[in-house]
Amino acid sequence: MSGSVSRSGSRPPTLGGRKERLDALAATAADGPGDAGVSLAASAWRRLRRNPVFLLGAAIIVLFVVVALLSPWLAAHDPTARLLEGQVSRARNEIPAAQEGFPLGGDQVGRDLLSRLLVGSQQTLMVGVFATVIGLAGGLLLGTVAGALGGWVDSLVMRVVDVMLSIPSLLLAFSIGALFPSPSQFTVILAVATVQIPIFARLLRGSMLAQRGSDHVLAARALGVRPRAIVFRHMLPNSLGPVIVQATLVLAVAIIDAAALSFLGLGNPDDSIPEWGQMLGGAQNVIDSHPNLAFWPAGCIIIVALGFTLVGESLRDALDPKNRR
Amino acid sequence: MLRYTLRRLLQLVGVVLVLSMLIFGWLRALPGGPVSALLGERGTEEARRELTAQLGLDQPIFVQYGKFLGRALSGDFGASTGVQPGDSAIEIFLQRFPATVELSVVAIVLAVLFGIPLGYLAARRRGGWLDNLGVVGSLVGVAVPVFFLAFLLKYLFAVQLGWLPASGRQTGGLDATRVTGFFVLDGLLTREWDAAADALAHLVLPAMALATIPFAVIFRITRAAVLDVLDEDYVRTAESKGLTTSVIRRRHVLRNAMLPVVTTIGLQTGALLAGAVLTEKVFAFPGLGEALALGFERRDYPVLQLMIIMAAMVYVLVNLVVDLSYAVIDPRVRTR
Amino acid sequence: MVNTRTAAWGLRRLATVGLAGAVALSMAACAQSQRGNTDGGAGGKVGGTLTFGSEGAPKLFDPFYATDGPTFRIAHQMFEGLTGFKPGTAEIAPALAEKWEHTPDGRTWTFQLRKGVRFHDGTEFDADAVCRNFKRMSGQTGAGQSSAVSQYWVDNFGGFADGAKPSLFRSCTPKDKNTAVIELTRSTSKFPGLLGLKPFVMQSPTALEKYDANNVRAQGDSFSFPEYALQHPTGTGAFKFGKYDKANNTIELVRFDDYWGGKTKLDKLVYKIIPDETARKQELQSGAIDGYDYPAPADWAQLEKDGFQVLKRPAFNIMYLGFTQKNNDKLRDLKVRQAIAHAVNREQLVKTQLPDRAQVASQFFPDAVDGYNKDLKAIPHDPEKARQLLAEAGATGLAVNFYWPSEVTRPYMPNPKDIFGAIKADLEKVGLKVNAVTKPWNGGYLEDVDQAKADLFLLGWTGDQNTPDNFIGTFFGDPTNRFHTGSASWGQQLSGELKAADEEPDAAKRTRMYQDLNKKLINEYLPAVPLSHSPPAVVFRKDVKGFTASPLTSTGESFAPVSKG
Repeated sequence: MSGSVSRSGSRPPTLGGRKERLDALAATAADGPGDAGVSLAASAWRRLRRNPVFLLGAAIIVLFVVVALLSPWLAAHDPTARLLEGQVSRARNEIPAAQEGFPLGGDQVGRDLLSRLLVGSQQTLMVGVFATVIGLAGGLLLGTVAGALGGWVDSLVMRVVDVMLSIPSLLLAFSIGALFPSPSQFTVILAVATVQIPIFARLLRGSMLAQRGSDHVLAARALGVRPRAIVFRHMLPNSLGPVIVQATLVLAVAIIDAAALSFLGLGNPDDSIPEWGQMLGGAQNVIDSHPNLAFWPAGCIIIVALGFTLVGESLRDALDPKNRR
Repeated sequence: MLRYTLRRLLQLVGVVLVLSMLIFGWLRALPGGPVSALLGERGTEEARRELTAQLGLDQPIFVQYGKFLGRALSGDFGASTGVQPGDSAIEIFLQRFPATVELSVVAIVLAVLFGIPLGYLAARRRGGWLDNLGVVGSLVGVAVPVFFLAFLLKYLFAVQLGWLPASGRQTGGLDATRVTGFFVLDGLLTREWDAAADALAHLVLPAMALATIPFAVIFRITRAAVLDVLDEDYVRTAESKGLTTSVIRRRHVLRNAMLPVVTTIGLQTGALLAGAVLTEKVFAFPGLGEALALGFERRDYPVLQLMIIMAAMVYVLVNLVVDLSYAVIDPRVRTR
Repeated sequence: MVNTRTAAWGLRRLATVGLAGAVALSMAACAQSQRGNTDGGAGGKVGGTLTFGSEGAPKLFDPFYATDGPTFRIAHQMFEGLTGFKPGTAEIAPALAEKWEHTPDGRTWTFQLRKGVRFHDGTEFDADAVCRNFKRMSGQTGAGQSSAVSQYWVDNFGGFADGAKPSLFRSCTPKDKNTAVIELTRSTSKFPGLLGLKPFVMQSPTALEKYDANNVRAQGDSFSFPEYALQHPTGTGAFKFGKYDKANNTIELVRFDDYWGGKTKLDKLVYKIIPDETARKQELQSGAIDGYDYPAPADWAQLEKDGFQVLKRPAFNIMYLGFTQKNNDKLRDLKVRQAIAHAVNREQLVKTQLPDRAQVASQFFPDAVDGYNKDLKAIPHDPEKARQLLAEAGATGLAVNFYWPSEVTRPYMPNPKDIFGAIKADLEKVGLKVNAVTKPWNGGYLEDVDQAKADLFLLGWTGDQNTPDNFIGTFFGDPTNRFHTGSASWGQQLSGELKAADEEPDAAKRTRMYQDLNKKLINEYLPAVPLSHSPPAVVFRKDVKGFTASPLTSTGESFAPVSKG
C-alpha cells in the first residue's frame, strides 16, 4: 500500500490492510506461469474497456499528460513574469483579481495564475513520475534481492524494510527532505520516493517468495536454467501486475505528498518554476482572504490524483484472478 | 501461541533498538539543530560553541548515543528543547498520547459507522448506483490532500458557521479537572458534563478530516469481503436450504465478512495512533502529531527521538495485537 | 457449530463489556471534580476571563532563566522590576523603585523603593528583598552559570559572584527598609533600564528559597529546572500564577487582590498556546480567544474589516542586509559595500513588501531609541552610482553568496522569500551575480550565517530596552561577531568606540557619542545595510479595552488595566 505522506497518520491510503493486501497482490502474480499472465492481461483488458471507472480515470490522465506536454504553448503568459506586480500589496493583502487577459487573476507576486497552473502540470507530472520511478527502482532492488536470495539476506532486508515501515511516513519523508543542505524539487522527489521504497520492496519480495516454490520456477530450476535467468525471465515478469497497480496508485500519492511537504514548509522554496503542490502550500496563508489561490491548484491535484487512483483501483480489480471466474 | 508472541515481542525490541540508532544519528546529521533554535538572533560563534558543549552535542556521536541509551534505560529520555522547553520528553509523550488516542478513536468510530453499512449495501447491490457512488466517493476522499480538507472543514464549520471550535482540545478557562488525560472521559468521570461536551466538540472536525482514509479503506474491504462471502459455498448451501435472507445475512454473511474488516480496523487504528501530523497541525490539536511537527521545526532532538520510537512501537504493537486477535477469532489461522 | 461459536462470542463480549464497565465505575469512584467553588465553578466563561493566543509554550515561569518571548510575555503580568517602562513607550519609568539617583561616575545607584508592596505569597517587598534577589542572581553556581541558562545575566552583567569572570555587578546593600544601594564595577548606558528587563525582576525571596529556585541541573542534553520555575513563580505583579494545564496547552493567571497598583479588572488571564499562525487567526474569528500576538501583516486589513482591533506597535526593531567580511575579499572594500547599499531600492521594498507604517532604516536602530541621529539620511537608491562604485573597486560582475531563511517569519521580516526576491533583483540590476542560497532558519541558516559562510544575509533584531548598546553594541561590540568586523582594519576601533559610549555616565554626552557613532557606522564602516523598521501588531476583539500597545511588544504591555465586555 502506498504510504501516504498526506495522511501521516494513516499509512495505507490505498485500500486494504497493508500486509494482507500486499500478500494478496503477491499471490496474484504467483498465480500461474508466464503464459497465463498473457491471458490474464487480455481478460483484464477486456473488462477494463467496459469499466466506466477506469475510462474516467484514463481520460483524466490522458488530459493531464497532454496539458503537461503542451503547456508551454497553451499558457498565455510567461509563468515566471511578475506582470501584475503593480497590483500587489503585502501591507494591504492585495492580490490581482481576474481581469482581461488574466482570467484567473494573479498570484501573491503578480504572476498569471492560469499560466502557472498550466505550466505547473509539467512539474507536478515530473514529481509524480520520478518519485514513483525512484521508489520502484529502490523497491525493486531490495525486494528482488531479498526474495530471490532468501536466507539471511532476506531477513536483513526485511528488518530494514520493517523499520522503515514503522516510522510514520510523513516523518520519513520529512527527514529525508531535511537531510539535504537546502531543499529543492529534487529533495522533494527523493523524500516522497523514499517512503515508497519499502512498500515496493515488500510487494516484490512477497511475490518472489511465492514463486520460489511454484511449479514453473521449480521446473526451470530442474531444467538447469541459471538462477539469474530464473529471476529475470520468470519471476520478475510475473510480479509486474501488482507492481503496475501499485505504481499507478503511488503516482497519485506522490503528488499529494509533495503538496503536504510544501504545506509543512519543506517543499521547493524556489517557486520560479510552478508546481501545484507548491502553489497550494504557498497559498495557505491567504486561503481565507484569497481562496482561489488555493482552490485552483488543490482542485487540479484532487482531479489528477483521482484519475490515477481510479485507474489503479480498476486495474487491481481487473487483475484479480477471482474476478476471472 | 505464547512462543509466537514472545518471538514477536523480541523482534520488536530489535526494531526499536535499530530504529533508535538510526534516528539518533539521522537527527544529528540534519543541518542546524537545537542550538540555532535556542539562540536565534542572539547566536554568535562563541555562544554557539558553548551551548553545543553544554548540550553534549560536541561529543562523538557514538558517545552521545551511549549516554542516551544509558539514560533511556533508566526511563530518562531527556528534556525538550523546543516543543515544551524544559519538560521531559516522556512527560510530553504521556500528556499527548491520550489526546491522539481520543482523536483516533473518534475518527475510527466515524469511519466504521459509515464504512461498514455502506460497504455492505454496496456489495449487496453490486454495480448499482450506490455501489459506484460509494467506490468513486471513497476514492475522491483519498485524492483530497488531508490538510486541504481540514482547512475546508475548519473554515466552513468553525470560522464561517461557528458551529464547532476551530482548534485545540478544550476551551481555556473551563477549569476542568484532569484525571486520566482523556478529556472526554475525564469530564464524564468527574461529572463535569460541560467539559466533556466541550472536549468532544473539539474532536469532531479533526476526526472528520482524519476519518476519510480509514472510511475509504473500511468501505472497500467490507464491500470486497461481503462479495467474497456471498460467493462462498456455505452461503449458497444456506440459500438452497431455504433459510430466509435476513437469517443468512446475519448468521453467515456479515459474521464471516467481518474478519478482514476487524483486521483492517485494527491496522488503521495503529496507523492513526502514530500521530496525524497534518490534521493535528491544522487544528492546533496538542497530540503526538503536533509535537512531531513542532519538534521538527524547532529541532527538538529528545522529543523527536522519543516520539518517533514510540510511534513505531505503537504501530508494531497494534499490528501484533491484530495478528493475535486474528488467531483468536479464526481457528483456522491458529492451526496453520 | 455456528451456534456454539456465537455463544462463545457472546460470552466473551459480555465479559469485555463487564470489565470495561467495572473499570470505568471504579475510576469514577475515585475521580472527584476538583473545580473551585469560586467563579468559573459552573464551567463556561466568566465575565472576567480573557484568553490570549500565544505562539509558543513558555520555557518556564522564572524569567531569570529565560530568553524566550512566550515566557517574558507571561512573566510581565506576574513580575515587576525596580524600573519599568512608561506604557506605550520605551522610556524608562519608575516601577518598584519610585526614584533613583547615581553618583557622577555612574557606579553607585541608590533606589527609593515603593512602600506597601507585597509579593503574591504575602511577604513584604523591601530593600532586603531587593538585595536577596541580587544575591541570588549573581550567586548562581553550576549549571546556573551556563550562558544557555542565565543568558541575560551573562550577556549584560558578565560573570558571577565567584569572580571567575568580571561582572558588572559589585554589590547591593539595604541602606534602610526602603532604600537599596547597588554598586557596579563600571558605568554603562544599560543601567538602570536593564532592571526593567524581565530576567531581572523582583521575586519573592521566601518563595525562591522554599521552592529551591536555584536548583538548575544539566540533565542529559538539556537542563532541568526546579519546582519554583515550573509551578511557584512569585512576584509582585497584577496577576499571580494559577495553573499550567499542559495537556490542554493553557496557562491560567488569576488576579492578585493585594496588588499595589489598584484593582485589576480581569478575574483571570488565560494564555492558550497555538503555535500555528492560521489557527490563531481562526480561533479569534471563531471567538475562542480574545486576542493574539503578531498577526501576519497580510491579515491586518482583513482583521480590521472583520471588526477586530489591530493595534500597531511603534517599530522597535531593525532588519538589515549583513555582510560577512571574512571570506569575500571584495566585500572588505567599502566601495563595494556602498555600491550594494546604493543598489537596494529600500523605498520600494518597504512600500510593497513590508507592513503598513514600516519605515526605511537610515541607521541601525529606530528613532525611539536615545542616540538616534535625525540628521543622518538613508543611503539613497542610485543604481548608476552603484555601478560606478563597483567599477572603481574593480568588482564589476562580482559574484556573491546571498543567504535567505525559509521556514520562518520574524516581526522585522514578515516574508523573507519576497524580501530576498526584491533585493536580489536590485543587485542583479547593477551587474552583481547573485548565488541564492536558502536554508531553514533552524535547519542551517543561522548556523551558516554565524559561521561566516554567507557573503550577504538577511537578519534583524528586536530591541529589549531603550539603549543603543542593545542594538549596535549587540551587533558589533564583540569583534568576532557574525559580520566579522574583526577582520576589517576598523573592527577593533569600532568595538572600542562602542565601549566608550556605553561607559559614558553623562546621559547627554553619551547621546551625542552615539549619534556620531551612527554616522560613522553608515559613512565609514558600513558593516551591514540597515533596511527597515517594521511595526509588529497585536490584535483583540472589539470589546477588549484598556490595552496599550508598546514598542517593547509583549514585555511592555500590562493586562492590569484591561477589561473585557
